Amino acid sequence: MKEIILETKGINKYFHEPQTFQVLNDINLKVFKGEFLSLVGKSGCGKSTLMYLLSTMDTDYKGVLEISGENLTGKRADYLAGFRNRHIGFVFQFHFLLPEFTALQNVMIPALKLRKYPESQIRKRAMEKLEMLGIADQSNKMSSKLSGGQQQRVAIARALINDPALIMGDEPTGNLDSTNSAIVFDIFRKLTRDFGQTIIAVTHDDDFAANSDRIIEMSDGKIVG
Amino acid sequence: MRVILSIAKTHLLAKPKQSLVAMLGVTFGIGMFVAMVSLMSGLNNFTEELTMTSSPDIHIYKDISEPQVAIIEQLNPEGVNFVHHPKPKNESQKIRNAFQIAELIRQDPDVLGAAPQLSSQVFYNFGPIQLNGNIAGVDILEEDKLFDLSSKMKGGEIAGLLTTTNGLIMGSGLAKTLSLSVGDNVTVTTPDGVTISLKVVGIFQMGLGEIDNIRSYANISTVQKILGKDQAYITDINVKLIDLYQAKAKAVQIQSIFGYKAEDWETANATFLAGAVIRNIMTYSVSITLLIVAGFGIYNILNMTIFSKMKDIAILKATGFAAKDVTGIFMTQSLVIGLVGSVLGLILGFVLSYLLSLAPFDGGDVIAIDALPVSFDPLYYVIGIVFGVFTTAVAGYMPSRKAGHVDPIEIIRGI
Repeated sequence: MKEIILETKGINKYFHEPQTFQVLNDINLKVFKGEFLSLVGKSGCGKSTLMYLLSTMDTDYKGVLEISGENLTGKRADYLAGFRNRHIGFVFQFHFLLPEFTALQNVMIPALKLRKYPESQIRKRAMEKLEMLGIADQSNKMSSKLSGGQQQRVAIARALINDPALIMGDEPTGNLDSTNSAIVFDIFRKLTRDFGQTIIAVTHDDDFAANSDRIIEMSDGKIVG
Repeated sequence: MRVILSIAKTHLLAKPKQSLVAMLGVTFGIGMFVAMVSLMSGLNNFTEELTMTSSPDIHIYKDISEPQVAIIEQLNPEGVNFVHHPKPKNESQKIRNAFQIAELIRQDPDVLGAAPQLSSQVFYNFGPIQLNGNIAGVDILEEDKLFDLSSKMKGGEIAGLLTTTNGLIMGSGLAKTLSLSVGDNVTVTTPDGVTISLKVVGIFQMGLGEIDNIRSYANISTVQKILGKDQAYITDINVKLIDLYQAKAKAVQIQSIFGYKAEDWETANATFLAGAVIRNIMTYSVSITLLIVAGFGIYNILNMTIFSKMKDIAILKATGFAAKDVTGIFMTQSLVIGLVGSVLGLILGFVLSYLLSLAPFDGGDVIAIDALPVSFDPLYYVIGIVFGVFTTAVAGYMPSRKAGHVDPIEIIRGI
């Protein structure tokens, strides 16, 4: 029996502006540890909304969200921020690095916030992550000076720094060429296979989705397959 | 929370020009505040000191202008009495047993000294011209103890009064107008028409035109003689206290014991003190206006910074920074701006105050100074830095709070 890492029970969500509209309709989802999951569907089907809801950043919904067996529905925003810091890593379509910091500093910041290790060790661990992603030579460059593919890999290293159980990607390859997309995909594959981390990625990229472990297709706020 | 500090530092250093402009706003505000307060309180202290040195803490005299009860009121208290425009009767201004009263007051441990004196309006004859002024008959040694007269002598010695029968120590302004110097004679006419020739044995300068231009000191006996009064005739007793702020309470006590009017310096100098209060109000309101303007500058700059850092805020919140952490990052920035700006402001304020204290200033006939009096009281520097940090904290709080409550999803999805 595989361990369940994330589970939703009867999640519904409405947008009230400009008029009330149901974006998510009775979502029941189980995600297992070590799974590489793709969330696909047409624009406006609610897949991104679902992902942000699963990421705990969006708290305006009805239903229950559990991650690692902990019920996160109704928790305070500051508690959820701490929870994300420990358990969830993010990779976005537009890399979202802090432009005034070097690549290495960007990777270190979530760990400095967590303060699980002293700074010297965080630096060492951040270098290891950058090495694993093959961009250790860029570590002291300002993040704004890196190419798109390099920035995305720095962002992945940042997502990994606190060894989160769950990694979420919002179109992680959406803004990359095919070579870089392949690199990112291989990294994700390796993370689930070798490190047992779970990945949930929203994607439009059919190749990316086809090669993942499981595809969840959404349409009009419902899971259809 | 070292990571918050280091992010705040990086933000500040990433846009040095913008941080500097925000800082200079505070610097200018605090600098002007310190300089203005220093000058204003320097002036206030200076004039207060002048007034204090030349006027007694408590002035005892017989007040003949106090309303008197008509005799008919005493005889017929129940009836309806009409007394039309009563006038005081010819009453002597003499304080009875003045020397004994002065001796009794001197025995009080709070009292520094008590000097009996009598004064009179006189005319100083300058050729055919008569100049209005007054003459005070004093025990010069006691007067010196109270007002430190010997340090204010511009010529001659106070001891000259003891050795010369018809001696006179004259105010510098008066001496200049009469073109007199030490050793010259001057003719004085009293209101009763008595004319007497006195010898100038000394010239003093208090620094206040209203005294230097009209007053002379002579021995008590000399003044008694020109007024044609007896040896016990004294019109005033001047009292100096060890702590001048006890004057108000002490004056009430003295008045009730001896039955003569005792006026404390605060009442006597009410207009001057009111002026000081108004100057202080002006100084503080101008300074607060400057600081509010600096505060708006910080508010604007922080708002702009936060607007341009929306993506960064979203990413920080997504990766686990709580609202209070994000607020902390921007609050730290405004406090650093406030603190550094204020410290620079104190330095600027000190430099300005120092330059002002060097600026030549001619007080003319009114007050005798050659440079602006400036106070360097550390208290104003403490007030300055507290003001500066407080203003920036208030100005920074609103945008920082807003930054803390940015919804990361809106920013991330809005792209």
